[in-house]
Amino acid sequence: MAIHEKSLIEPERILSEEKLVVDGVDVSGSWNTMITPRYLRDYDDDFEAVIQKYAGGENVHRCWQCGSCTNSCTMYAQNVQFNPRYWIYLTRLGLKDEIIKDKDIIWQCVSCNKCTNICPKDVRPEGVMKALAHWMEEQSITEKTPSTHFDETFWEEIYHTGRIEDASVMMGFFKKTNQPLMQDWLVVFGKRMMKYLPIAQMAKMGLNFIAKPRTKSWGKTGEVLKAYVQEQKEAAHG
Amino acid sequence: MGKVAYYPGCALEGSGGPYDKSTRALVKALGLEMENLKDYNCCGAMEVKNIHPMLQTYLSARNMAIASEQMGLDAVMAPCNGCYHNLKKAEYETATSEKAMETVQDLARKADDPVYKGDVRTLHLLEWLMEELGTEGIKQRISKSLNGIKIANYYGCMYVRPRQIFPEKDQGPGSESSYKPHFMDDLLGAAGAVNVDFPLKTACCGGAHTLSDSDTSTQLVLNIIQAAEDAGAEVIATECPTCHSGLEMHQIRAETEFGIKTNVKVLYFTQLLGLALGLSPRKLGIHENISDSVGYLKEKGVI
Repeated sequence: MAIHEKSLIEPERILSEEKLVVDGVDVSGSWNTMITPRYLRDYDDDFEAVIQKYAGGENVHRCWQCGSCTNSCTMYAQNVQFNPRYWIYLTRLGLKDEIIKDKDIIWQCVSCNKCTNICPKDVRPEGVMKALAHWMEEQSITEKTPSTHFDETFWEEIYHTGRIEDASVMMGFFKKTNQPLMQDWLVVFGKRMMKYLPIAQMAKMGLNFIAKPRTKSWGKTGEVLKAYVQEQKEAAHG
Repeated sequence: MGKVAYYPGCALEGSGGPYDKSTRALVKALGLEMENLKDYNCCGAMEVKNIHPMLQTYLSARNMAIASEQMGLDAVMAPCNGCYHNLKKAEYETATSEKAMETVQDLARKADDPVYKGDVRTLHLLEWLMEELGTEGIKQRISKSLNGIKIANYYGCMYVRPRQIFPEKDQGPGSESSYKPHFMDDLLGAAGAVNVDFPLKTACCGGAHTLSDSDTSTQLVLNIIQAAEDAGAEVIATECPTCHSGLEMHQIRAETEFGIKTNVKVLYFTQLLGLALGLSPRKLGIHENISDSVGYLKEKGVI
């Protein structure tokens, strides 16, 4: 299934010498096309199966490398290094080290579903992105990403009350990621919000923040769901 | 079609308050019938599926089960794209996978929750209005034209993608398109607005990472706002509380952090339709938006 990859000439493999004279000719600086060879011997044949066990990665084996996902990708338009097709290719080949080079951007998938919508093979690339991000967190290749912190803050609230409350999710998230609540733009945002907001609405929001909205019949639903997820994760990853 | 269960969702209880307010006012003025979904729970939003996909499926199915088992209704109406998307997705997952349906029902029994049987359909507020009244029905009820204000209709991601979970879309004339949605254009056009040719109707605002990757979200929102302004729009009409908050927040953030000022106003489509029906701005929560459009609307003679 080899498809010629994006350039395999990484900057670190291009030879350069500050001062070098060969046969009386000065060839200092970058040597055009003098590149150290690269051998790929670190295939992990089981890697695809590992990613398939993460939620969202189930269909990664279906990929035919058509490139529709990257072509339609919201993040690719922001940053050409963000390349779902390439990461799916590497996943299937088991080239983990290559994927890890992009560890700091994979989590940035915004879940716009353009890829999942257009994929002719139902790979659900958006899910594969999440699966890869979670695998890297669990292997301690990356720290827990801001996105995961946010997801967890969110789920904690639902687990307890069945609902979420905007302001407390936001504050919980800032706390977890050590961000100040008084960021310039948030202050301006708050001021503009207060400008016309009727007192009754403000009181309602304040009340919501203190006495969290609850699903009264939530009962043991949160517990049952938590136990289910635990069970599923143990079955998948041991 | 008759009565539907109204599912506002968590966002409309909080930051999307004006959307809830204007939806209720609009529905009342149009004489349509809806009943609050009893004691609902969060649908799982964009976040919970990343903990485990079944959580999202179950949370959404639980809401549909409340509508059918406890209220005897066969339709849930959600104005929020996130809620709508998740309920549709749960509908799709359980209809196409026996295992998913079994799991959902099994969890419901364990938790003493109402059991979802797959006999409820979910629609978005836009779909409900089109189904019940259509553009003709709106035209007959307009008391005050929107005076040709120039609108870019912004639908976001969750209303159309992935198309697999929306079997009623793309069914030819009269149905909604997942590629180029037009229901909001149709309704606001009927109310006297001019819909500009806006290429980014279903672009992403970065809502899922609005706080966790703010720079990306600001950039994505700027794309949308600038494209709308380039197309000649004075207003961006929204139909999702997350998109709406995202546009408002990152419009401010672009200004305060990057010095990029834009002027387009952001309003919920329900607020605009409500104005055309002659409802007062206060009733529609227009003053509660962060995006200050009061002066502009007065200038245009809409309020």
